[in-house]
Amino acid sequence: MLTELDKRLIRLLQEDLPAGPRPYAVIGDQVGLSEAAVLDRIHDYLAKGYVRRFGAVLRHRKAGFTANAMVVWDVPAERAVAVGNLMAVFPEVSHCYERPRFPGWPFSHYTMLHGRTREECAAIAARIAAKTGVNHYRLLFSTAELKKTSMRYFYAED
Amino acid sequence: MIDGLDRQILAIIQGNFPLTPEPYADLAAVLGVTAAEVETRVQKLKERGIIRRIGGVFDSRRLGYRATLCALKVPPDRVDAVVAIVNGYPGVTHNYLREHEYNMWFTLIAPTAAKMAAIIAEIKARTGCELQNLPASRVFKIKVDLPVDR
Repeated sequence: MLTELDKRLIRLLQEDLPAGPRPYAVIGDQVGLSEAAVLDRIHDYLAKGYVRRFGAVLRHRKAGFTANAMVVWDVPAERAVAVGNLMAVFPEVSHCYERPRFPGWPFSHYTMLHGRTREECAAIAARIAAKTGVNHYRLLFSTAELKKTSMRYFYAED
Repeated sequence: MIDGLDRQILAIIQGNFPLTPEPYADLAAVLGVTAAEVETRVQKLKERGIIRRIGGVFDSRRLGYRATLCALKVPPDRVDAVVAIVNGYPGVTHNYLREHEYNMWFTLIAPTAAKMAAIIAEIKARTGCELQNLPASRVFKIKVDLPVDR
């Protein structure tokens, strides 16, 4: 279980790393841990899966990935797992989920595709369709990014 | 534009920023430049908005939080007002306009199922828009780092 000290440390680790040559020592000073203890805890969070990745979070639009398509797929229920796993293999797919259908919406699988152009996204989707045999799908391009933030865990306002 | 050294730095640190006492010095040793050069480059990439931040990317489910995707059907002339309402919730982390009748798609993270249900009910009431709550029944992939080295 996460202690209050862990939660304090996690609050800092979800912000930007402090400037300077020894950022983990600065974080340690703020929570009352040594630099080595901070590093040990981060390794432990990675091992336990609390932290999926420790690194730079990029703004993809600024990094050249200007087109982003949510592609939704109508996958037969009996093929849900096999198709989801095939979709996940594509490096251009950043996220892949199965979600509930709703009236007027036959789509069950969601893949987030990132490309530099709409045409590139459409070509990736066509390759996924060919690989999976799922030919009923739609690309929903984003026309505006209204919000993109990292969740701030263990704050009172959540 | 970013140059070759920027790209090399990004390629390394978006996957793993060194978990060592002197991370810039360790990056510098790999890249064949000085620690000060690496730190300056990283700082500039932040100032230019290419790097949003350096830190942990947490797994909401492992931390005990709930996550979902919601689709809202917003009349075009009410988009600005609805954005203000939806984006006002700290648990709404991503929100995009998309080309569909359901035109606003946002992710919502909340510490408990009850809190999540309460926020969704509140968004429905305050916006008056049709909302579809689409929590994942299966997760096949969550990968946040994309190739930059090209």
